[in-house]
Amino acid sequence: MSAASRNVADSSVTSAPRQLTLARARQVAESVADPELPMLTLADLGVLRDVTVQGDHVIVSLTPTYSGCPAMHEMRRDMTARLAAAGFAAVEVRTLLSPPWSSDLISAEGRGKLAAAGIAPPRSRSGPSPGPVQLTLFATGPPVACPVCGSSDTQRIAAFSGTACKDLHRCRACGEPFEHVKEI
Amino acid sequence: MPFDTAYEAISEDTDTGHRWAFGTGFTDPLAGVDTAVPAGVDGADLAAYCLMLGDDALIMSHRLQQWLARAPELEEDTALANIALDLLGQARLLLARAGTADGSGRTEDDYAFARGEREFRNVRLAEVIDTDFAGLLARLLVFSTWRLALLTRLRSSVDPVLAAVAAQGVKELTYHRDYAAEWVIRLGDGTDYSRERMQAGLAAVGPLIPELFETSAIERRLTAVGVAPDPAEVRAESDAVIRHVVEAATLDLPAVPGLAGVGGQAGRDGVHTEAMGYLLGELQSVARAMPGSTW
Repeated sequence: MSAASRNVADSSVTSAPRQLTLARARQVAESVADPELPMLTLADLGVLRDVTVQGDHVIVSLTPTYSGCPAMHEMRRDMTARLAAAGFAAVEVRTLLSPPWSSDLISAEGRGKLAAAGIAPPRSRSGPSPGPVQLTLFATGPPVACPVCGSSDTQRIAAFSGTACKDLHRCRACGEPFEHVKEI
Repeated sequence: MPFDTAYEAISEDTDTGHRWAFGTGFTDPLAGVDTAVPAGVDGADLAAYCLMLGDDALIMSHRLQQWLARAPELEEDTALANIALDLLGQARLLLARAGTADGSGRTEDDYAFARGEREFRNVRLAEVIDTDFAGLLARLLVFSTWRLALLTRLRSSVDPVLAAVAAQGVKELTYHRDYAAEWVIRLGDGTDYSRERMQAGLAAVGPLIPELFETSAIERRLTAVGVAPDPAEVRAESDAVIRHVVEAATLDLPAVPGLAGVGGQAGRDGVHTEAMGYLLGELQSVARAMPGSTW
């Protein structure tokens, strides 16, 4: 049985009245979690860019965080399944490439959830400059606060980490290593 | 839920989101993107250009993937994997764009797995074998510096798909270039031994540099209509960045003649080095053994 048909069957059993409104579609779409950072919703992450409804047809626009983000397929599938379960029979998930994703799109609530999960949220970044990108040798920017103890006495130990969107730091005060969402 | 095999466990289609694995059932990376070719732009030229930039990324990514579990430290393994993933993502978008621009409807997989060596348009810098970590870093420094300079300009392409791919790619390549530059400096300005190896890496990459800045007929036509930057125009900026890094590393990168092609033809013409055939043999082996399969 496919995911969609099973969900439709489940909702007919509960026979809850379906309100196929834009507000309902948004509410459902905004509750879908990110597969790699499950403490965040796609809305918190800023990946969910737009939701529109035409009849029972929903169009959701998602922007990948990185070109190679391998979780896009999972995001699409989760989004489609959740909206189908809410009664939206036809769900189209579109990729929106422009404007590109930026760590600045992570909501204040999302930043709080990241920190609570032990992942340092990104610092705000300066906007992209139209000209050549300057080389920043061994520059680390302002210190990233430790999500465990709050100390600013931290150090980046690797420019990349377990997922494309994070790098690796350690705290000299409490000794804990931690991940940090990179500014892009 | 029990599974008979690990493969079953990771490949089962599920709507719960609690159990998923990457690598199965990829979908079109341009789903829902408007892929109309802008007025005044030749679709065949645009497709050919997408293959140039897409093949650069695909082949460089494959060479980086060959480093996995071989880097000197776990952090470097992770870094190289992430850089490879970024480039693979750029390649997927660009190859998919090629199939929409030329009207052929070919998919990213058709381009990656079903073309022969002569049909690949990557520069030879992307395909050569790395003899050691220092050699890889020299190549990555040059590749990411050059590509970043190109994509910085490509952000204003009249093709909205190319412009969008470039805008995201610039952010990624900024990290790649910083990573490579810091390692070139660390090794060059390190011990006598690391310095010797880093210098040898730079010497090996030198002959592959001139090709990067040669303007093909396709690029000349696309520059005229605002689709693509002229690679010759990024040479000064690219050289200055590389020179800055090489000097900080207390090393030399003397200008040398470019690696000869065949009858004046090189990577952009589909004329590659011996290493390319072996690389494609590996890259395409599963797809050629089991055509149309997914995994």
